Amino acid sequence: MAVSTLYKGRHRRNNVALSLCIAATVFGLIWLVIILAELVWKGVGGLSLSVFTHLTKGPGDNGGLLNPIVGSLIMTTLGTVIGTPIGLLAGTYMAEYGQFSKLTIVVRFINDILLSAPSIVIGLFIYVVLVAHGVGHYSGIAGAVSLAVIVIPVVVRTTEDMLTLVPVTLREAASALGMPRSLYLWNVAYRAASAGLVTGVLLAVARISGETAPLLFTALGNTLWSTDLLQPMASLPQVIFNYAGSAYTDFQQLAWTGALIITFVVLMLSISARMIVAIGGVKK
Amino acid sequence: MTQNGSIPNDLREKISIRDLKFYYGTSRALNNITLPLYEHKVTAFIGPSGCGKSTLLRVLNRMYDLYPHQHAEGEVLIDGENLLSAEQDLNLLRSRIGMVFQKPTPFPMTIYNNIAFGISLYEKLPKSELDDRVETALRKAALWTEVKDKLGANGLSLSGGQQQRLCIARTVAVKPEVILFDEPCSALDPISTSKIEELIDELTAEYTIAIVTHNMQQAARVSEYTAFMFLGELIEFEGTSKIFTSPREQRTQDYITGRFG
Repeated sequence: MAVSTLYKGRHRRNNVALSLCIAATVFGLIWLVIILAELVWKGVGGLSLSVFTHLTKGPGDNGGLLNPIVGSLIMTTLGTVIGTPIGLLAGTYMAEYGQFSKLTIVVRFINDILLSAPSIVIGLFIYVVLVAHGVGHYSGIAGAVSLAVIVIPVVVRTTEDMLTLVPVTLREAASALGMPRSLYLWNVAYRAASAGLVTGVLLAVARISGETAPLLFTALGNTLWSTDLLQPMASLPQVIFNYAGSAYTDFQQLAWTGALIITFVVLMLSISARMIVAIGGVKK
Repeated sequence: MTQNGSIPNDLREKISIRDLKFYYGTSRALNNITLPLYEHKVTAFIGPSGCGKSTLLRVLNRMYDLYPHQHAEGEVLIDGENLLSAEQDLNLLRSRIGMVFQKPTPFPMTIYNNIAFGISLYEKLPKSELDDRVETALRKAALWTEVKDKLGANGLSLSGGQQQRLCIARTVAVKPEVILFDEPCSALDPISTSKIEELIDELTAEYTIAIVTHNMQQAARVSEYTAFMFLGELIEFEGTSKIFTSPREQRTQDYITGRFG
């Protein structure tokens, strides 16, 4: 029967396409597994309490990663605190107030460029603005600002996307009650989009906690204990960068352990982002 | 209404639409509509898709103002005051003219807050009074017995029909003078539909109501007056029983007998 050969042909093509899809997935996953396995394999051995309690020291002195861990925490937190409100406000403008304006189109385009800009360029920019001029030397604050610049486009993008997903009918219903736009935003839109907004911020945090390039030009690094934002500050990615290329085996070990710590933190952030979305549900 | 279904002349016009034209950009969607909405009566807008009946409804609370490139010309008077004028405060206007939409649109908050939030936009009430107002609104919307034990639950956890009645309660709670219904039952099952139709009937005691519907039986059941629209024109406006039994216009006759649309 004619239909049957047609059907068989389609079935065959379907199988071929499906096999290609599976092959591509497996190919991608293999590398991920190899990378993670290597990381755990090499990193776990160096995990000990002293990693979290000792400062970085000279080779063979049983140093830890305390100052880079604290530095990373400070700069990541500060970068998020600076970048998130700016991103939320800009995204809110684009989705709610400037939906139909040309400015929104321009901002969205530039934001997309910023989103994909190499982070080393951002580091260089902050170097010129804050290190070479503003503060005058390498500092924790310069590092935090460069991280904030990376946070902004991510949060702008997710905020706009998430607020746009809130059904138009909800905005109309709020207006139909005589609700001013500001109250609608606070009480309806942000609430309906809360899971997505939180996810956006967490993804931005995950992104900056592994950034190395912008910190090399701005925070520089510090082998001593320092929480002074106006002084150079250590960070995990920068220490990993320095130690991984070092000739000393204990430094190499610390680099692997540091990498494992960052990966674990980022993984936890991503998982919590997904759980928030799952619990918060897609509210329609 | 008089015996033969024609319009008695002692009715008060709550809203008077005069020579209204409406534009989406440059394309005209409504042509010189002149139409009264009588106080404490239900007026149904019927007509085929795209005839402009929803557009007309959305002019009455200036909903179109949310979007650029849409504008209205002519006059729409509410108690003699032109609501199309540029000085009109839109939030105040919309607190006087409530609207219920095609799809239920509960806010992502508790059942109680869905209603209390609208009230507290315009009135500062002590908690006990607010509780009373919420209860009254839910009773009016025939939802109280179903939700009285779970006022703290999320409004989105209700069924579609309950959500729509919650939206009606929310609209009623702010004590508007006019309520606009935009195909309020098109997403609901027959039981919820009949509940909402009964509700509309009861609401006429206090409110002036306009309803857009695709369902002609519904128009016949709930309304006292019916406006038939076609291609942005008002073809015929009459008492509902008259329009469904002996319409003046051939096009009305064709539409209500299902010959087109």
